[in-house]
Amino acid sequence: MSDSPAIVHGAAEAHHEHPAWQRHHFESVDQQADAAGFAMWLFLLTEIMFFGGLFTAYLIYRNWYYPAFVAGSHQLSIPLGGANTLLLITSSFTMAMGVWCAETRRKGGLVLCLVLTFILGAGFLGIKTIEYGEKIEKHHVPGFHFSLDSFTHPDKTNPVTRNDQPLAVDMARHTEVYFSLYFAMTGMHALHMIIGIGILAFMIFRAQAGAYTTGHVTFVENFGLYWHFVDIVWIFLFPLLYLISRH
Amino acid sequence: MSHISPVIWQFLVKWMTNFALYPPEASKIAPQMDALIFFMVLVSLVGLTIVILLVTSFCILYNKERHPVAVQIEGSTLLEATWTIIPLGLFLIMFVWGALIYFRIYTPPANAMNIYVVGKQWMWKAEHPGGQHEINSLHVPTGRAVQLTLISQDVFHSFSIPAFRVKREAIPGRYTTVWFEATTPGTYHLFCTQYCGTNHSAMIGDIVVMTPDDFKKWLADSTSGTSLAQNGERLFASLSCNACHNGRPDSRGPSLANVYGSKLALSTGGTVTADEAYLRESILNPSQHVTQGYAPIMPTYQGQISEDGVIALVEYIKNLNSNYRVEQTLNTTDLLPESEGSPRRPAPAGVKPAGQGVVKP
Amino acid sequence: MSSSTIISLPDQSTARIPKVNFLTKENGLLSWLLTGDHKRIAILYLISITFFFFIGGALAGLIRLELLTPQADLMATDTYNKVFTMHGVVMIFLFLVPSVPATIGNFVLPIMLGAKDLALPKINLLSWYLYVVGGILVLYTMISGGVDTGWTFTVPLSTHYLNTNVLSTGLAVFVAGFSSIFTGLNFIVTIHKMRAPGMTWFRMPLFIWSHYAASILMVLGTPVLAIAIVLVALERTIGIGVFDPAKGGDPLLFQHLFWFYSHPAVYIMILPGMGVISEVVSTFSRKRVFGYTAVAFSSVAIAVFGFFVWEHHMFIMGVSNYSTLVFSLLTMLVAVPSAIKIFNWTFTLYKGSITFETPMLYAFGFMGLFTIGGLTGVFLGTTGTDIHLTETYFIVAHFHFVMVGGMLMAFLAGIHFWWPKITGRMYPEKISQLAAVVTFIGFNFTFFPQFILGTLGMPRRYAAYPPEFQILNVFSTAGASILGVGYLLPILYLTWSLKYGEIAGNNPWQATGLEWQIQSPPLTENFPVTPIMDHEAYDYEWLERQQQKEVASVG
Repeated sequence: MSDSPAIVHGAAEAHHEHPAWQRHHFESVDQQADAAGFAMWLFLLTEIMFFGGLFTAYLIYRNWYYPAFVAGSHQLSIPLGGANTLLLITSSFTMAMGVWCAETRRKGGLVLCLVLTFILGAGFLGIKTIEYGEKIEKHHVPGFHFSLDSFTHPDKTNPVTRNDQPLAVDMARHTEVYFSLYFAMTGMHALHMIIGIGILAFMIFRAQAGAYTTGHVTFVENFGLYWHFVDIVWIFLFPLLYLISRH
Repeated sequence: MSHISPVIWQFLVKWMTNFALYPPEASKIAPQMDALIFFMVLVSLVGLTIVILLVTSFCILYNKERHPVAVQIEGSTLLEATWTIIPLGLFLIMFVWGALIYFRIYTPPANAMNIYVVGKQWMWKAEHPGGQHEINSLHVPTGRAVQLTLISQDVFHSFSIPAFRVKREAIPGRYTTVWFEATTPGTYHLFCTQYCGTNHSAMIGDIVVMTPDDFKKWLADSTSGTSLAQNGERLFASLSCNACHNGRPDSRGPSLANVYGSKLALSTGGTVTADEAYLRESILNPSQHVTQGYAPIMPTYQGQISEDGVIALVEYIKNLNSNYRVEQTLNTTDLLPESEGSPRRPAPAGVKPAGQGVVKP
Repeated sequence: MSSSTIISLPDQSTARIPKVNFLTKENGLLSWLLTGDHKRIAILYLISITFFFFIGGALAGLIRLELLTPQADLMATDTYNKVFTMHGVVMIFLFLVPSVPATIGNFVLPIMLGAKDLALPKINLLSWYLYVVGGILVLYTMISGGVDTGWTFTVPLSTHYLNTNVLSTGLAVFVAGFSSIFTGLNFIVTIHKMRAPGMTWFRMPLFIWSHYAASILMVLGTPVLAIAIVLVALERTIGIGVFDPAKGGDPLLFQHLFWFYSHPAVYIMILPGMGVISEVVSTFSRKRVFGYTAVAFSSVAIAVFGFFVWEHHMFIMGVSNYSTLVFSLLTMLVAVPSAIKIFNWTFTLYKGSITFETPMLYAFGFMGLFTIGGLTGVFLGTTGTDIHLTETYFIVAHFHFVMVGGMLMAFLAGIHFWWPKITGRMYPEKISQLAAVVTFIGFNFTFFPQFILGTLGMPRRYAAYPPEFQILNVFSTAGASILGVGYLLPILYLTWSLKYGEIAGNNPWQATGLEWQIQSPPLTENFPVTPIMDHEAYDYEWLERQQQKEVASVG
């Protein structure tokens, strides 16, 4: 789309000027931007309800099977999870900077911020892959030869699990529920990250072509909202899954 | 006509009794439930009649030919309040009345006779404490409170006796209970009302209500020789429960004498009443139900016994009011601690002798 | 023209359908499949949901045929189980949920607000495609062997004990759910952000209020169904154990997650229908709806309370007795706003000027049948009586009274009411009135006996039943055949009317909404000039002044 800011309509339609990106069913760009922002907030509300079901299941089972949840959580790596948290928070910062760049029409800045956000997000997914790989190795994936060994005979060489009480078999079995929720919640979160990164890639190309630095910042702003939301979900997931009973 | 022909009378009676609007009332709660339903039908009829009368009369009085110009009326707060408060009031009456009946049906009295019912695709198995087993039928006496303890072996089922107006879901993984007191001998429908797969419609049977004398006779005729508790005793031994629950002072597990119905202090700090559900849970998920003062070493029996087996064990434990039976069983097995390799260890400090750790109510 | 009707048509010898309208603006299949025009999308939806309605109806016919005899003799019980499952899935997710919002709502809502389109036209089109994908998945399920879980997917039956197409059905419902979410999202944004100048919240037609309330439910409730389906799929494929007692899970958790959506779902289904009834009752009594504010707030009240009653579907499942007190009380509270609406519509008739065209006949049917259906809901919301009546044909009768006697009648009322606006042509009045009466009679014959069957104890989802229930079942099936005729007739005469119906003109009903002030069929952009709303909703005096002005300026 060219950079021309205005389109003027002839006599056949109502005579008015409007920016090229204004859709015809809107009276003004402001109304359009307003509607788009409102729609994105509403969509995020549906996402909260979506994750909410998983959080509800988590709260109930953690209440019932606390020792199993503690043991399961001790299998997660705090350094890796913490690194992921840092990556995501930083990526939210770079995203917010990107929005500011778009609003102040800094094309180069915007592209840089989007690229950084992309890299940080990809880094998050990379660390997640490592974590998932560890789970697969240790047979902690529910439904795929799930092994209770690590819980009935805690690894004494590992500083985290050194002082763990071995769990009786019936409580150890409940760790499978913990890991189901772990994979469901982080998996759903990762899926949202993947979609976000895909859209980021698209945005980097469009930003390079100058699409977002001519005054039409709606897309960047609303994607920013989405990205912050994905970040916030992780900020809830991290303590709930990784930090059970760690003092 | 001075009298109705007997033939016509018989036909009418048959038609009227066959064309019932509600099932026979065969339990104590049935008339109470029917009274509430009748009240609701009445309220509904009155409400519907009011609406129909209003609509019809307005349509007649104010149709276009008769009333060509409409009068614009904004509303009436008084009317709004009226038709908010009156329906709400009626609904609240129904709520309270219904809640009373609900609590009555789902709060079995303490002296109820307990029958276990296991639902599985696609049959009902009823187990009387005396060892009588029934499939797709249930014999009960009149004049006695009967509690059903239900569980499913596979999917959700629902045990429904329309004539008694009771129904309860049978769920895998936990006991549910319902009770009734039958009043009229006869045979009544038993239905499974929760869709459970292919033969859901075939999971039906008979509830046979008998006078107490007939019921005693039936019990005697149908016994399999061993009661549920006796079966449970055999299981108790074969599963080596008495290796730990042997009632000795230094036993690894608490004595089970009189444990049913008592309040237990748990190792997690709370107290719990040891009912059937607790007993079942402590067999299948023992590490969450450790009595205070004992180590969490009991292995789980999940996957090793069926629900029938659990029921037998629960019945055995319920009837255990001394350790005598346990001792007897012990003598016939080689599971005495003496037979283990190491010599008998003295009781660890702080572990109370068997029989304490049970907090008597 | 007889004076017992308000229909006012232009002179048929000279009237023509306007040359430029949304139907003629562009031609070709792609202009329809890639459209952003809310009116075209509404028609796409109308065609698809009608298709699925007849599939669901055929399945219903099979159910009633089987139940003519006490034995399971028409089809194998496995087949019967598949038939009633798919009847439920198709009718609920592919017909009732999108019926009024996605067809009539999509078409009329922006116009009623004075807007040129919905806020997000591309999302609107996406919503239709998601619906179609969901529908195709359901068709695939049917062709590849069906699914027999019941539409409620109860676990552990659906996760561990059946080997039918649970996953494809779950996926279909998941996708169709997003269709619903996007429609609701679009409506909420449009209502908030695109009202014409002067159109305050309390000047909006009550149709909009109902759709606003339903959209809130769609947007907040449907995602929870989505996650419940995801968990069922994971449990079924991998065996994660969240619902499996042997692994520490709890099958009741599924019930909570499922009903958390599925209860608001019933309000998603009925609220838009109630919006239609408000419009129809007002137009055919020539009066502003009695107690506008009460009706508007009652819609929102139903939406809010509707989120807090889900456990009333689980009263006998071993939940805490005390929790049932809470949910039963809230259920009583949610019943009251519906009662308020019925009385408000009734009093709209008071001192009105009433005519009995087809939409009004359907509206009267709605009022009577919804009253019965709603009151029987109170029977079920009361914990004590629920024990006897739940899981029987009483429940089946209850929800068919509100959904078919209520919602489907409202849908037909709306289709007939806005048909002239959508197509520019009138439907034939006499045969449509006949169809409405036939439907009403057939409906009562079909479903009223089922209340008695339920009270007698006949369980639902039974292919075979004790012989003493046969006579009532025969009544019910006989009624169903009449009902089928009642539903077939509109397809025939509405299609006929596309070519031979009378030209309707802008405002055949002399109604007050903004949609009746523009041409029929409307222009693609709806309004050549943005309207300014300077009067209240249902202002018949304003309408009269408009008409006098027209006569004065044209004549």
